[in-house]
Amino acid sequence: MGDFLPPNGLILGTGGAQSLAVLEEAIRVSETTLVTVALRRVDAAGPGLLPMLDRAGVRVLPNTAGCYTAGDAVRTARMAREAFGTDLIKLEVIGDERTLLPDGVELLRAAETLVAEGFTVLPYTTDDPILARRLADTGCAAVMPAGSPIGSGLGIANPHHIELIRQSVDVPVVLDAGIGTASDAALAMELGCDAVLIASAITRSDDPPAMAAAMRHAVAAGRLARGAGRIPRRFHALASTPDDGIARW
Amino acid sequence: MIAVIGGGIIGLSIARSLRARGAEVTVYDPEPDGTGGAWHVAAGMLAPGRESAFEHPRLESLLEASLALWPEFAAGLGDVGYDTTGTLGVALTADDHVEAAREWRHQKLQPLTGSQVRDREPALSPRIRAGVHAPHEVQADPRRVVAALRRALAGRIVARRITDLGEVAADTVVVAAGCGTAALTGLPIRPVKGQVLRLRGEPGLLRHVIDGSADGRHVYLVPRADGEIVVGATQEERGDSAATAGGVHDLLRAALDLVPGLAEHTLTEITVGHRPGTPDNGPLLGRLDARTVVAAGHHRNGILLAPITARLVADLVLTGSDDPFLDDFAPGRNGCA
Repeated sequence: MGDFLPPNGLILGTGGAQSLAVLEEAIRVSETTLVTVALRRVDAAGPGLLPMLDRAGVRVLPNTAGCYTAGDAVRTARMAREAFGTDLIKLEVIGDERTLLPDGVELLRAAETLVAEGFTVLPYTTDDPILARRLADTGCAAVMPAGSPIGSGLGIANPHHIELIRQSVDVPVVLDAGIGTASDAALAMELGCDAVLIASAITRSDDPPAMAAAMRHAVAAGRLARGAGRIPRRFHALASTPDDGIARW
Repeated sequence: MIAVIGGGIIGLSIARSLRARGAEVTVYDPEPDGTGGAWHVAAGMLAPGRESAFEHPRLESLLEASLALWPEFAAGLGDVGYDTTGTLGVALTADDHVEAAREWRHQKLQPLTGSQVRDREPALSPRIRAGVHAPHEVQADPRRVVAALRRALAGRIVARRITDLGEVAADTVVVAAGCGTAALTGLPIRPVKGQVLRLRGEPGLLRHVIDGSADGRHVYLVPRADGEIVVGATQEERGDSAATAGGVHDLLRAALDLVPGLAEHTLTEITVGHRPGTPDNGPLLGRLDARTVVAAGHHRNGILLAPITARLVADLVLTGSDDPFLDDFAPGRNGCA
């Protein structure tokens, strides 16, 4: 399960990149093996982005960015299967252009159709644990909750819901959208996510390769911290040096 | 005998420089009177800062150096709409402002309040949040530039499509074929589609070039003296030539959000062009082999870079001089192989 996820837990998006050369360097530095591409925003047969991704040795995760209805997203997913020769699809059905948040009703309908057609469906969803569980029950291969709106850089608005989602589903959880800087990515992993998808926070930073390195380290740190088991939060201090054995007089 | 492959603004500018220095030059273009080049769609904003923030580190220097050559370049061509009023950068919403402020800081421009921006350009929407004035940015009309270059090279432009550089009889071949350079040389140049609109109304609605964003949609408005306003541009990683409803809608919506009075203008043109893009967004300039020189891949900056490209290539071909810029933008450089 989840063998499509990069071993290091970092998935990159390509939107917003200033140049192909800078994007290529960021991908190399990130050490990712999976990069998402909007079918509607690239020429699947053309030069440029796709040959570069091929050269970089990463797998392409097509997405349905720009779709507002289930029907539109399903059609776009079918075209992506043809164009990229993969059953993997990052399913996006957007509710409105100001928030770019998912429309849960349309998303679930599209997911049902695509799962029935044999796609490996990775839906971009809200941070609603009930909707996430419905998507998993439908047969989605992972769920990808938004931390906050796409491109906002506001981080994880409701960390508790991300933890609830982690406990509600048996499929991988990928934090998608809203990451602003490295600490947000680390937090996502500490909350139990299996991977983080980052586009704008890297591509629109002043130095994308440096930010890609920061994100790689942050994801690794967050994953290690999760595995190591954090200490409980307390109201009052607890001295780190025990007072047993201290000489008293 | 020197052959220049490509009769767009780059090829023609190079040919003109070579001829001015006494060389015998022939330009080859499939349509010497055609409108297929990126120049036909381009707005002609000569704005070095805007284009280069986080790209090729030396591109900004090249753009500045070419801007300095523009007054002389324009003067040699007659009236090409060269206008030094300057650019107003504007941001509509608070979100647009925080995004634009990064660019403005990078360019070291002094921020203006919404009222200060509208004092300079009263047709702007009262909703505009903030702006900057970039007095050094200028504009020229690329269509007039190319018309003037064609006149200057009358009789030296041959209507012929070159598909193999071997078929050209010349001692030196300069490939300046924009997106077509990829097929002729194998260099990594790709088409980056842009949709551009032209509106027309009473002259005088706008004096400055407006470079703004409205609810996350970036748009520029370039007013010509005759009442034409160029509205651009989408930037799409595609090679097709379709004008789309979404592309036109986004441009018009941003334009009308920033300048509501444009609603009364006539929509006179919807054009689609292809910028010749390179991996690091810088042009490819220099020698490919003993006989072949390339000057292509100017992406969004072909109009601005025409004067310096002409000078660098003419120097290289006629004197063998190797300007440091030719090292920075050599074809085959790191990341552009």
